[in-house]
Amino acid sequence: MLDAATDRSRTAALSSPVIEARDVSLTYASADGDVHALSNINLSIAAGEFVSFIGPSGCGKTTFLRAVADLEHATGGDLRVNGLTPHDARMQRAYGYVFQAAALFPWRNIEDNIMLPLEIMGLDEDERRERARRNLELVNLTGFERKFPWQLSGGMQQRASIARALSFDPALLLMDEPFGALDEIVRDHLNEQLLQLWNRTGKTVLFVTHSIQEAVFLSSRIIVMSPRPGRIIDDIACDLPRDRGLDIRETPEFIALAQRVRSGLRAGHAYDE
Amino acid sequence: MTRRSLISIALVALALIATAFLMRLSPMAEGLSRQTDPALLCLTAMALLLTAPWRPRFAAVPTFAASALLTGAALLLLRDADISGAAGAGFWALVGAALVCAGATMTALSDLALTDPRARKLRDIAIPAVFGLMLVMLAELVIRGAGVPSVLLPAPSSVAWRFVHALPMLFEDLVQTFVKGVVIGFVIGNAAGFGAALLVQDRPFFRRGLLPMAGFISSLPIVGIAPIMVMWFGFDWPSKAAVVAIITFFPMFTNAVAGLSGASRIDMDLMHSYAASPSQRLAKLHIPAALPFVFNALKINSTLAFIGAIVAEFFGTPVVGMGFRISIEAARMSMDVVWAEILLAALVGTASYGCLVLLERKLTFWHASQRV
Repeated sequence: MLDAATDRSRTAALSSPVIEARDVSLTYASADGDVHALSNINLSIAAGEFVSFIGPSGCGKTTFLRAVADLEHATGGDLRVNGLTPHDARMQRAYGYVFQAAALFPWRNIEDNIMLPLEIMGLDEDERRERARRNLELVNLTGFERKFPWQLSGGMQQRASIARALSFDPALLLMDEPFGALDEIVRDHLNEQLLQLWNRTGKTVLFVTHSIQEAVFLSSRIIVMSPRPGRIIDDIACDLPRDRGLDIRETPEFIALAQRVRSGLRAGHAYDE
Repeated sequence: MTRRSLISIALVALALIATAFLMRLSPMAEGLSRQTDPALLCLTAMALLLTAPWRPRFAAVPTFAASALLTGAALLLLRDADISGAAGAGFWALVGAALVCAGATMTALSDLALTDPRARKLRDIAIPAVFGLMLVMLAELVIRGAGVPSVLLPAPSSVAWRFVHALPMLFEDLVQTFVKGVVIGFVIGNAAGFGAALLVQDRPFFRRGLLPMAGFISSLPIVGIAPIMVMWFGFDWPSKAAVVAIITFFPMFTNAVAGLSGASRIDMDLMHSYAASPSQRLAKLHIPAALPFVFNALKINSTLAFIGAIVAEFFGTPVVGMGFRISIEAARMSMDVVWAEILLAALVGTASYGCLVLLERKLTFWHASQRV
């Protein structure tokens, strides 16, 4: 496992970055004047990194993720995904996106939901089934193929949506507060599973959260953001061992990192209101 | 049902039957005791009623039997020319007793605590069935007992008799009006409405322009265009199908537009992230999401279509068709034929509505309104 990790970081250092943002800004026109959702974001993310974006609401963390996904369009600067524009990267199906809600289609059972992107991408039936089986196994949902989303708990639905995002094996996973709506016990459990998954697959993950614990526990790197205008105020390398368990949250190293994130948020006036 | 309420209901029914024995059945006919067969039926009914409070759980059985026997007795009495059309207090007391018994049956059925789902389902069918039977029985006894002229309201029995004897004619009318006019017009109108909605769904310009117009046109009394359709398409069924198509177009159009644009933001983002083509978005997201709306429109349209086709025939038709028959037979005072046609329309209308509901359940089982 350790060998694989060093291997991965070596290739990551050699290859070009997965995400390259140079002076990216994004401004909305609203009734109260322009809103600077993102301002001069400079960021480079290498393959295999697990990067958390943390900050209070309105800091632009979700907006940045959506800009990477080509769901929003940067109004200034240059944003590259795998060296391409976000639009071209999306057309190449470069990423899997996990939304805040599971967004499973209620008229499809779990297996058919997992196979939705595969149908769109034109894979044949056998391949679709095989991949659905494999990814449901990955998120521990084997046996729920024929269930409908509304028959599953919130945590299971979100796991199914992760399986769907993984089903076409994108090298890049964008996750927008995927566990925000779940209770803490389920969230801890899914965090552990996500970490294992990242270790096993070596995907690049961009993870938006507003939980300091979650960010420190999961990440190899934490980007702290601040609102009005949305900007990066700290970029923290998180060098805890890769195969960490939940207990690591009690260690001094973990607490020190959490404190640094918290002080970063405080410096950005996240606790103003 | 409690034993006490059963006892009081039985007492009321017994008192009513006793009244029938004591009072004259009509100005020309004496009390029930002079009529051997009806009197025997009534005495049996009284005996059954006395057993009802004994086993409250099964009270539905004796009360229903008593109600049937009392109705039978009243029907036997109506064969007497002295009573039919001139019924008096004794006869109405008997009808009242039959009603009380039927009411007790329904109460007993609905109070029954059932755990077996199949038994529940059976009960859910039985209660409206008893209620319907009671209404038909009441209509029959009141109309014949009071001698309501058949031009105003024919007795259910004479409508039924006419229905059976006019079956070949009714069938021809059904083919003309329903199979040709309604079904063809319904398919054309709904398909066109849905197709138009597909065309405008991602063209905001069309949608903003067409929706208010659709609202305006659908608020017109569309049946008024029937004479115009007769001018355009002739007397036969095509003009009726045209009326039906126009009537059904707008409900389908407005509902389908609402349904097709009803997908949530997050679902659309999801399809966008997969770089799905417009036709894939339509087939895999927008059309399935629109189905509940489409079925609403289909159900509204199934009633509208039948009304439209029948009324359209009032404005010119070959000598066949349900609307034609209703208008011509009403003018000839043969109200039993008119009622037989109405009965046929009700049966076919209910059946087609029922088929739509079944199809809806099969296709939109996932929707919150359909989940069990």
